[in-house]
Amino acid sequence: MHLAGQGQRKDMYVTDLESDARSRYSGQPTRREVATVAAVVPIAMGMSSGAMAQSQRSESVGGSISVDLTVNGTRHALTLDPRSTLLDVLREHLDLTGTKKGCDQGQCGACTVLVDGRRVVSCLTLAVMKDGASITTIEGLAKDGTLHPLQQAFIDHDALQCGYCTPGQICSAAGLIAEGKAKTAAEIRELMSGNICRCGAYSNIVAAIQQAMGQS
Amino acid sequence: MISFEYSRASDVAEAVRQINASPTAKFVAGGTNLVDLMKMDVERPQRLIDISRLPLEKVEETAEGGLRIGALVRNSDLAYHPMVEQRYPVLSSALLAGASQQLRNMASAGGNLLQRTRCPYFYDIATPCNKREPGSGCSAIGGLNRMNAILGTSDTCIAVHPSDMCVALAVLEAKVHVTGPRGERVIAFADFHRLPGDAPHRDTNLNADELLTSIELPPRGFATNYTYLKIRDRLSYAFALVSVAVGLELDGGTIRDARFALGGVAHKPWRNAQAEAALRGRPASDTTFAQAADLVLREAKGFGHNTFKIDLARRAIVRGLSQAARATPQSQSNKKIA
Repeated sequence: MHLAGQGQRKDMYVTDLESDARSRYSGQPTRREVATVAAVVPIAMGMSSGAMAQSQRSESVGGSISVDLTVNGTRHALTLDPRSTLLDVLREHLDLTGTKKGCDQGQCGACTVLVDGRRVVSCLTLAVMKDGASITTIEGLAKDGTLHPLQQAFIDHDALQCGYCTPGQICSAAGLIAEGKAKTAAEIRELMSGNICRCGAYSNIVAAIQQAMGQS
Repeated sequence: MISFEYSRASDVAEAVRQINASPTAKFVAGGTNLVDLMKMDVERPQRLIDISRLPLEKVEETAEGGLRIGALVRNSDLAYHPMVEQRYPVLSSALLAGASQQLRNMASAGGNLLQRTRCPYFYDIATPCNKREPGSGCSAIGGLNRMNAILGTSDTCIAVHPSDMCVALAVLEAKVHVTGPRGERVIAFADFHRLPGDAPHRDTNLNADELLTSIELPPRGFATNYTYLKIRDRLSYAFALVSVAVGLELDGGTIRDARFALGGVAHKPWRNAQAEAALRGRPASDTTFAQAADLVLREAKGFGHNTFKIDLARRAIVRGLSQAARATPQSQSNKKIA
């Protein structure tokens, strides 16, 4: 299936690393940095961004593709390298650094956000595939200066220590409550198992979610 | 991750056309496995064909009284689908035993069948792996092989297929519908995944120019006497060391029909016709179950770190058959094994 590229694999990998290493020591941008450079054009300011997005909608042109994302209610017209994960777009392009990069392999849940109301890991989500989607991050949960019930509950129950996993825990819990499948503490634990807390605040996290569930 | 071209397909025919025009392309749907492998440089497609918008998101009843599951139905939607919960609870249970809710919200039904092994050497491009690089050797044989296979292995590969869903599909004898440049064909589930043999780089009998479009479930769902029992290193969100899916039909205390499949032990969900035949017409007792387990495991072979799986599988089979016979299936939230 992948035999065609097999012979080049090692060479390309080495070249990739070497190129990154060279760049790092020469002060030149690395391939990785170049890949994350993208134009960010809020729709309100973009003149012909709609037409541009239309013409490039389903095909990458010159290594980049136009993508419309609505993040926490604000629409953004972005031009992205297809490699960009939703996590990197949120953090590096939109400066929404509340969403955390933990393992970057879909194993820890720190990068959990809601895409069209459903919780997903943004590190394994290619942003180009979510063209037209509505994203909610931890920054979008509070309304009019009032914390989301889950945010308040995490404070009330001291449901964190270092706090790095917390935005992912809260977004995941928001998804869990919307799904309506968890009723008991055992079910909450099972359906929150995609969010790892290395500080071990689990018992307080479950208590916080139970409090928020009682309010929703 | 290497640079790649990106395109979208608007219908099945166009998706097939696109993959035939780009032999180094891959389809992407949920991306939970492929994107991860691309980050590790294990997969290096030069084009990704996004099929996530194809109209393959329905669960429909078939004329025969079964279900047809569109390839793009999300794992979470499938697990909680009322017809799956009521008529095929072993499938619902297996789905909920796999991954996390975030990943189940992303992962497609078709992609679940096509996920690749989690053998650590397959992921580590600095080590030889016949599945990743044919002819380079197997690092797991003689290496750290605690998670690896005990059945159906070859001297080129001892990887296991990681899916939970597929273990249930094996018991349900699902059919896999695919479309290629020469039209549609149907693959029996037992023939879909391959044993490693001397070509471990080929996980399945799906051709590179074909698109998996749906999974068909025959009418028999074993909705009363079933279980999906998964044994793993932690209670949730871990791959199986050993898992067992069971479907029984009973006449009082006698087994009329029996199917069971093992996960976590082979390159594909593992069934053994002789062991299932040995259950039919016999009393549903631990003695009967142990005899069936012995028939499955008499050809098992450990590789050192994973040799414990032979005993673990024997006990899991007996317990799984017992759970199904008692109609007390394993809960996927309360993990106490009854």
